[in-house]
Amino acid sequence: MDSERDLYRPQPDFGTPPSLAERAGAASVTAIIDGREVSVAPGTTVMRAAALSGGSIPKLCATDSVKQFGSCRLCLVEIDGMRGTPASCTTLVAEGMKVHTQTKKLEKLRRGVMELYISDHPLDCLTCSANNDCELQDQAAAVGLRDVRYGYEGANNLAQPMDISNPYFDFDPSKCIVCSRCVRACDEVQGTLALTIEGRGFDSKVSAGLASDSFLSSECVSCGACVQACPTATLQEKAVKEIGKPERATVTTCAYCGVGCTFRAETRGEEVVRMVPWKDGKANRGHSCVKGRFAWGYAQHQERILSPMIRSSIDEPWQEVSWEEAIAHTASELKRISAKYGRNALGGITSSRCTNEETFLVQKLVRAGFGTNNVDTCARVCHSPTGYGLKTTFGTSAGTQDFDSVEDSDVILVIGANPTDGHPVFASRMKRRLRQGAKLIVIDPRRTDLVRSPHVEADYHLPLRPGTNVAVLTALAHVIVTEGLADETFVRERCDWEEYRHWADFVSLERNSPEFLEPVTGVPAADLRGAARLFATGGNGAIYYGLGVTEHSQGSSTVMAIANLAMATGNIGRRGVGVNPLRGQNNVQGACDMGSFPHELSGYRHVSDASARALFEAEWGVPIDPEPGLRIPNMLDAATDGLFKAIYIQGEDILQSDPDTKHVAAGLAAMECVIVQDLFLNETANYAHVFLPGSTFLEKNGTFTNAERRIQPVRKVMEPRNGPNGNGYEDWEITQLMARAMGLDWNYTHPREIMDEIARLTPTFAGVSFARLDAEGSLQWPVNDAAPDGSPIMHIDGFVRGKGKFVVTDYVPTDERTGPRFPLLLTTGRILSQYNVGAQTRRTANVVWHEEDLLEIHPTDAENRGIKSGDWVRLASRSGETTLRATVTDRVAPGVVYTTFHHPATQANVVTTDYSDWATNCPEYKVTAVQITPSNGPTDWQEEYEAQATRSRRIRGHEGAMEPAE
Amino acid sequence: MSAHTAEKLIYMANQIARNVTHDPDPVAMIADHIHAFWSPRMKADVFAVMNGAELEPTARAALERLAAHAS
Repeated sequence: MDSERDLYRPQPDFGTPPSLAERAGAASVTAIIDGREVSVAPGTTVMRAAALSGGSIPKLCATDSVKQFGSCRLCLVEIDGMRGTPASCTTLVAEGMKVHTQTKKLEKLRRGVMELYISDHPLDCLTCSANNDCELQDQAAAVGLRDVRYGYEGANNLAQPMDISNPYFDFDPSKCIVCSRCVRACDEVQGTLALTIEGRGFDSKVSAGLASDSFLSSECVSCGACVQACPTATLQEKAVKEIGKPERATVTTCAYCGVGCTFRAETRGEEVVRMVPWKDGKANRGHSCVKGRFAWGYAQHQERILSPMIRSSIDEPWQEVSWEEAIAHTASELKRISAKYGRNALGGITSSRCTNEETFLVQKLVRAGFGTNNVDTCARVCHSPTGYGLKTTFGTSAGTQDFDSVEDSDVILVIGANPTDGHPVFASRMKRRLRQGAKLIVIDPRRTDLVRSPHVEADYHLPLRPGTNVAVLTALAHVIVTEGLADETFVRERCDWEEYRHWADFVSLERNSPEFLEPVTGVPAADLRGAARLFATGGNGAIYYGLGVTEHSQGSSTVMAIANLAMATGNIGRRGVGVNPLRGQNNVQGACDMGSFPHELSGYRHVSDASARALFEAEWGVPIDPEPGLRIPNMLDAATDGLFKAIYIQGEDILQSDPDTKHVAAGLAAMECVIVQDLFLNETANYAHVFLPGSTFLEKNGTFTNAERRIQPVRKVMEPRNGPNGNGYEDWEITQLMARAMGLDWNYTHPREIMDEIARLTPTFAGVSFARLDAEGSLQWPVNDAAPDGSPIMHIDGFVRGKGKFVVTDYVPTDERTGPRFPLLLTTGRILSQYNVGAQTRRTANVVWHEEDLLEIHPTDAENRGIKSGDWVRLASRSGETTLRATVTDRVAPGVVYTTFHHPATQANVVTTDYSDWATNCPEYKVTAVQITPSNGPTDWQEEYEAQATRSRRIRGHEGAMEPAE
Repeated sequence: MSAHTAEKLIYMANQIARNVTHDPDPVAMIADHIHAFWSPRMKADVFAVMNGAELEPTARAALERLAAHAS
């Protein structure tokens, strides 16, 4: 393993992937390679064995991210007792084997092969962008090629046109050696199968899709796997061409989704040249998506705010001030408001995009500095039902598996999640398992890509009516219980039997049968029965879910219904099974763990727990309020009631991301001091009085925790830009400045000290430290005396709460109903190239894939309304209306429409209602009754909003110079 | 407290009640839930408006139990 911060060199390539036995750490076979005794796991190739023992057999078509191919003939070796010269990439090590990797015969053969390659390759090495970072160059050196006898005059593949259509990488076919590594990476690693080799023999050529396609117009999803696999400059990042070869490499963690890919940030000076997925990263195993791999340019975007700003009223332009003035002003405002209205008029929102350490400090500032538990986080609007549901049934909100677990799944049930768009790198791992033969059940109102894509097809797609998750899950349970497919042995051993009987009696009722519920759910009963039988009898069953489960008025019930299903079928406590919440943002898991909820201290301990409070009170030297504080929607209600007056929001854009925009705006407008700490003047900042410029993940140290509870280091690769001459601040430093100005004696000098405090105060983090994370790469909580190496799989010997608890989840229809005025159901989601509110990705070239939010509508519904693809339509609900353009598609069922919420101009949340989950108030984003009508353009609200936003973003001294584009 | 807030608190209490009808002791369940997750101000507000509001019987019983405990 290379170290975390190092001079740049490519990551080691062992030529072929590890065998299953090597990954399992199995017993070894021993061979002699060039006189070295080498012990490796069974199934290891000679090439890999040589590399693992410090050797390097020449190779071109082999790389350890894809299966061996045996085409380049460069890796030939001689083996005692074997005839000829076998390819080391396809020959497995056998006990006692004697291998010679360098002989006169091999030298001659290899030189001959190399000579042919080079005779059809441009010899512009000195000016080539891969100069000194090119495997062809390295191998020419390794085989001692000195001359090409054929000359360069004959037929060749040089001077072909380049394909520069992708915004991030170029394809230069003249430099291609047709090793097929890119094609195989697209097939095996990404699973999109966008690339192919067209033509035969001498005319063979890599092609994206059809001959008429460019990389951009093809099905390529720009994940970068081909670029990474390419041994030459054929597929290479544009940034390398522009800047040059990197100088240093720092391992860090991506700041996009909850998969938590680790990358090597490859830099020159303080400039990022490229982000390359780290092969040793346990979440991504060397893979990436278009966001993490390429969409980091927002850090340098001209709209980024680099100076603190204040104003006394949101009608005034911003005034740039020094950090000292901004902090002093903020602290004095907070003290004034606390003195006038009481401490409970203050609150804060922690960020799921910031580090654990930063999040911990914000909630500490609120609890210890403001003296209130009014702290919440964006998980309120995404996975709060997961916390409630899993804690109730299993005893902990933890997802039960690591990502590797999917490799042992036999039946994968995906409900309310669209992993190929929302969690693309994990989706690639899931698709790999599906190609190996695992069965797939998709429960989703839309026909997501997973339902049918190359080499992947769902065995069952249950296209339910939005809002009927609980009914569908109960019907699945009905079939499993009434057909005698439940794993009663597991239930008797691990769960409360009486509660199980109570639940089993309930689900067995005729009114919970698929036939009875078909008119409600819209799911054909026969399909539902088939899916239930498959899940119960198909082997290891794993359930993966996302916000399509949680963002409903019965979100918590749905999570508990999922937990019931997993317990009833015995699918908990080992690899390949489990309940797997796919978390949205990079650190939403961590934000929850760090005590961001108004009722919980870090590690999910209720504020009424006196012993937990005592720990914090002793460490912090202040009393902690034993009563829960306000959640985000309650803060906004209290604000409109005149009771809540000041809020500190770090890295969160509630005006765009939270439901019922008008209510959010009214709440913010009613406050006297809104403090926004972010990279850009986001939508919420339109209502702010203080703007504190934040720092990007590239500019700070800390940790993120991904969806599999994996705590991973974030490492600074450049100085924060939010201050002059390198005097900027990481976000945790800004919170500390505020705390100190409010009279708290905080003296952290590095995030590692904050993590030490977290470990002291949080039993599930007791064994976590920066030193251990540096040594081990990552840790999955709980990490403590009971689980010193962390916990990849939960509930192995029994549930955290003791006996697993079955909870009866009765289907209660949402109060958001369709009717004559609003006959269609709107549901919302994401797209691969954009992230959340889009603040980052909209400020990158990713907009070429998605420059606006579109409304998906079924052809029948479209025709009834005279709507064609590309038309402007008015989208109206009981809450409000907006306009956007339509795309007509049968991905959505009749009666259902769908859109994304990545662009502020769309204002999709003007339309969503304030209905929410009964247990957690997680908003019901996924069900809104709407009407669609043709339209000429933006609504009055959109125009007013736009005008207000433009007015609100004025900065004194910059008028006219910088008009933000949104 | 605005009418909006009052209406919303009553709605929330009823919504909890409708989702725990199969619990062995729904009144205790609702009372525990509100006790654990609502801020003191929200509880005080709902106590102030519960009389005369349209409440599920279990929700009313739970709120009465909490109110008695609080006073």
